[in-house]
Amino acid sequence: MKRFRFNQQEIVFAVFAVLFLAFSIFLRGFLTPENMLTLLQNVAVLGILGLAMALVVIGRGIDISLIAALAVPPGLVLQMVQNGHSLPASLLTAVLLTIAFGLVNGWLIAYAEVPSLFATLATGLLLAGLGQAALFQLDVVQWSDGMQGFERLGQGTILGVPTSIVMFAIACVVVAFLLRQTRWGAYIYAIGDNPYAARVTGIPSRPIIVLQYVVAAQIGCFAGLVMAASVNSMPTRVFNSTLIYDVILVVVLGGIGLSGGRGGVLNVIIGTLLIGTMLNGMTIMDISYAGQNLVKGVVLLLAVITDSFLNPRNEETAQQGDI
Amino acid sequence: MKYAVRTAKVIAAALGLAAIAAPALAQQGLDEPFQKPFKEALAGKTVAYVPVAMNFDLTEGWYAGMKKELEPLGVKFEIRDPNWNTNAGAQAVTSLISEKPAVMVIHNPDVQTYAKLLQRAENEGIYVIQINMGSAYRSSAFVGANWIEIGEKDTEAVVKACQGKSNKIAIVQGALSAAASAYTLKGVENVLAKHPEIKVVSSQAADWDAAKAKAITQTVLKQNPDLCGIVGFWDGMDIGTAAAVKEAGLTGKVFVATSGGGERKGACELVKSGAFDLNLSYDVPTQAAQMAGTIKWLLSSGAKAGSIKGSEYTTLIPITKENADSQTSCWNLSDLKK
Repeated sequence: MKRFRFNQQEIVFAVFAVLFLAFSIFLRGFLTPENMLTLLQNVAVLGILGLAMALVVIGRGIDISLIAALAVPPGLVLQMVQNGHSLPASLLTAVLLTIAFGLVNGWLIAYAEVPSLFATLATGLLLAGLGQAALFQLDVVQWSDGMQGFERLGQGTILGVPTSIVMFAIACVVVAFLLRQTRWGAYIYAIGDNPYAARVTGIPSRPIIVLQYVVAAQIGCFAGLVMAASVNSMPTRVFNSTLIYDVILVVVLGGIGLSGGRGGVLNVIIGTLLIGTMLNGMTIMDISYAGQNLVKGVVLLLAVITDSFLNPRNEETAQQGDI
Repeated sequence: MKYAVRTAKVIAAALGLAAIAAPALAQQGLDEPFQKPFKEALAGKTVAYVPVAMNFDLTEGWYAGMKKELEPLGVKFEIRDPNWNTNAGAQAVTSLISEKPAVMVIHNPDVQTYAKLLQRAENEGIYVIQINMGSAYRSSAFVGANWIEIGEKDTEAVVKACQGKSNKIAIVQGALSAAASAYTLKGVENVLAKHPEIKVVSSQAADWDAAKAKAITQTVLKQNPDLCGIVGFWDGMDIGTAAAVKEAGLTGKVFVATSGGGERKGACELVKSGAFDLNLSYDVPTQAAQMAGTIKWLLSSGAKAGSIKGSEYTTLIPITKENADSQTSCWNLSDLKK
């Protein structure tokens, strides 16, 4: 007898649907096209970061240094332009720095075989420290005249849709293509599912792992550029914030298991939508900060408890490396 | 009569003599008796500076300003950077107490954490100067902004701008645990109590984070497009608030009032661009000069630490379109570091 089972993704989607419905009915001004766009716009950067994290988590890793990649290279762009360098040269430097950063991460994890959690924890600190000590004059790097026009990456609209949502959509398409349509994507799933079997079957697992971290860092840098453009500055102090937990939250809530090999872009979108709906609804209701944290915690717990109730873990479903 | 004339002659002669002698005396020079003890009181002393973090306009400005004033006098200026970590800050203060600097300049992350430690430091004979964000313990000196006044002035400006409009305002607070944010909110409440016609449609904490401030403001503006003003609590965060207002096409229609240290890029240029309508500056270079002045006074006074207690609240500079172009309204960090 085959029993119908919900998986985490469906549960979160159900929670999202219930919340969305409740807000639409009870909250005046929630279900308007303008508010829907604002909702998405507010979580676009989080969503882009979620994609980067998903890529790594599917390959059975984790990238804690993502916020450093978000803060430092884009901050460097703003700082260099402020110091009189041209925008293209600054962007190129930032991209090169990001690639180098991703390579270091990847090398540590794939070749030196340092667990990804520790490797990226350390490299993130290193990059953020480098930025603070050597690259930036102040931790909020301000927009300058040389950046004129670049703010369109995060402000304004394209065909009526706020640009940051378009950027999130583009990132979704790119990552979905990478994961589903390319051989590399298939390799990432294979490595995430069973790294030893993947290696035995001849998949070049080490280079693929390096690639994962380079791409993730690059997406992080892209998210940072969108963020900087949208607030007209780069608050590099964001590295000290709890943003990375929100990113992990989006990924895990969306149903991408930390044990790797499962999930995709759709999961990130669902996780992002749930967070966005909660934040937007609570802001409209003008709930206090403490109250918001309480609600966030309760919803999260509900999702996690329901999942373990409906899908109990046993030797068969648990994987090595499961967190 | 004859006698009187003679007397007059003597006086005249005496005066003449005095007139000749006086420059001669001046050429000898006169010792000012207090400068030597002043120099001795300062030379070789250590001043320790514990901000909440370096690398932002306020703390960098204070550092540069104090260093410039004190190092020529032979004062050793030390810095302990807890980098936003309250525990690391408390550890820095604790270890400083045993190292016994002459003065500690403390920037509190909140009202409670350092309070007991600062009291202990003054009992050990270390002068404690608290800057911009005070603690529950009153030490030898406080130099900094009056947050209540900032909240009041910003809100008054917003209330005034709202006259004849919707009377709907929003408040973008900083971090809930920060005294600066809580005190500013009190100032806002003081003014709102006098203006019952004003309706606060949103009062949320954005954690000093520009991206969060932008997200909140966007949502609030979508719900209340007729909003007439926003009271923000820090310009570094309200750059996000202003970006949301601009994106909604409401620049000039929604009055944005905020406050900050008055660094040119973060303050004057944003007022000039129309992002902020009012930015109350607590003028960091002046604050730094007052801090240095207080250090000099305390060290040369010989007073027992903690035996005298006083405050120096900063005179605020309201930066608006009118004075945003002026050279004196704002300051450049690069100039201060020279």
